[in-house]
Amino acid sequence: MRAAVNGVGGYLVGFASLFLIWHVASTWLLSSVLFPTPWKVFLKAIELAQDGTLWEQSSASLGRIASGFAGGSLIGIPVGLAIGSFRPVRRLLEPYTEFLRFIPATALITVAVIWFGIGEGSKIFLIIYTTVFIVIINTAAGVSAVAPNKIRAARSLGAGPGQIFFFVALPATVPYILTGMRLAMANSFVTIVAAELVAANNGLGRMIWDSRMYMLVDQIFVALLVLGLLGFTADRLFRWGIYTFAGRFSPVT
Amino acid sequence: MSLVELTQVSKVYRSLTGGDYVAVRDFSLDIRTGEFFCLLGTSGCGKTTVLNMVAGFEAVSSGNLRLGGKPIAGPAADRGVVFQGDDSLYGWLSAQGNVEFGLRMRGIARREREEKARHYLELVGLKGQEHKHPSELSGGMKQRIQIARVLANEPQMLLMDEPFAALDAHTRADMQRELKRICAATGKTVLFITHDIDEAIILADRIGVMHAGPASKLKGIVPVTLSDTERERTHDRFVEVYRQVHEMIRDEVAISLQRAH
Repeated sequence: MRAAVNGVGGYLVGFASLFLIWHVASTWLLSSVLFPTPWKVFLKAIELAQDGTLWEQSSASLGRIASGFAGGSLIGIPVGLAIGSFRPVRRLLEPYTEFLRFIPATALITVAVIWFGIGEGSKIFLIIYTTVFIVIINTAAGVSAVAPNKIRAARSLGAGPGQIFFFVALPATVPYILTGMRLAMANSFVTIVAAELVAANNGLGRMIWDSRMYMLVDQIFVALLVLGLLGFTADRLFRWGIYTFAGRFSPVT
Repeated sequence: MSLVELTQVSKVYRSLTGGDYVAVRDFSLDIRTGEFFCLLGTSGCGKTTVLNMVAGFEAVSSGNLRLGGKPIAGPAADRGVVFQGDDSLYGWLSAQGNVEFGLRMRGIARREREEKARHYLELVGLKGQEHKHPSELSGGMKQRIQIARVLANEPQMLLMDEPFAALDAHTRADMQRELKRICAATGKTVLFITHDIDEAIILADRIGVMHAGPASKLKGIVPVTLSDTERERTHDRFVEVYRQVHEMIRDEVAISLQRAH
């Protein structure tokens, strides 16, 4: 309990110092209409929250991230398991994963818009794309990292190949799958903003782009702040989930 | 009656660089039903290779390997293996879950396997620790889980590959005493691999001393007919057996050190 309080306290101090440096920089070092103070941004955020804009744009972005992230993980986990478990599958699919993972999702934005339009389709496609390879690679690496003695032990305890897959290889891989998903989540935040900047009807990226046209710098900062907070919260929730529900899957020393 | 018969067994590893590595050559050994057999050898002498072949993890390259008169085709529940490290334990299962694993895989009903697991956890001295996960337990306790997990599966024989090598001296001495007690209680046939002469004398009915590797085979067998009270490092008869074994292995240690340089 004490450690938890200290942890939270440390965070609060860290965040407070971030805002303090921002305040000092924007008030004295770089005093300009182009660099709003935290207070100004805070007031703007309240205004945008009250008229519903903030909620509308955030939920649009979050919704895309959630569905793309879920889709990418649902595809990535079984494919990664197959690649890690069967050598022929690895040979067949590695050219895809090793080639495509070097093409960033941001490079595919224009193609995605041409194929799927500027609506939800292109965004979800891009988030799936940015999620799926990280999840595949981590999952496959996890399967290969299962200690051979775990499998040998299972065989001499009487387990068959199917049982070894479901009761040994799969649970032993869970920590790697979760790590891959966590990394993919961070990438989803990068990709969604880029995609919405280029082509979207709403979302935080679109909000940044629109604010630029009217020189609403404080509104841009509100969007940036919300992105940071949402990303941070999502990551913490994910970590908390891992500890609470999957802590026992942490690798044995 | 012998349970395991190795007749002129050789094991050759193909290497990617072309040179083959002969681990054991023309290795012959009979392990009798109910005996505690220690295979003693220097590092790299192929003793683990022998265990892996009996376990069915590795196939023999030539020769005959039989268990109860039948050739060994692969790993099976009739031979339980205790590994040196703890990486064979399932970190996501509790001690109880680990010990139940084999029974669960073989379709034993829940009530029966719970009961058996509890019984064997108690036998290895882990009563009250059933719900802890391996990461919460010490090295010695983790080896106890491994032993309970294998015993709960009720195999014909135990194969133990330096199971206490990674433990500190006190824990190791405790575990040796416990194992001796458990084996006396269950009457299992054991093949135990070690490089520690003391450990072999404390535990074994017979000690097989191996030549230095590669292309190793058995140098000789020393029967250990000591009573429990004589299995103390300071006892005269213990020292006598120690000298006998040491005499056999001394040259092999020298050879193995030479080859390593």
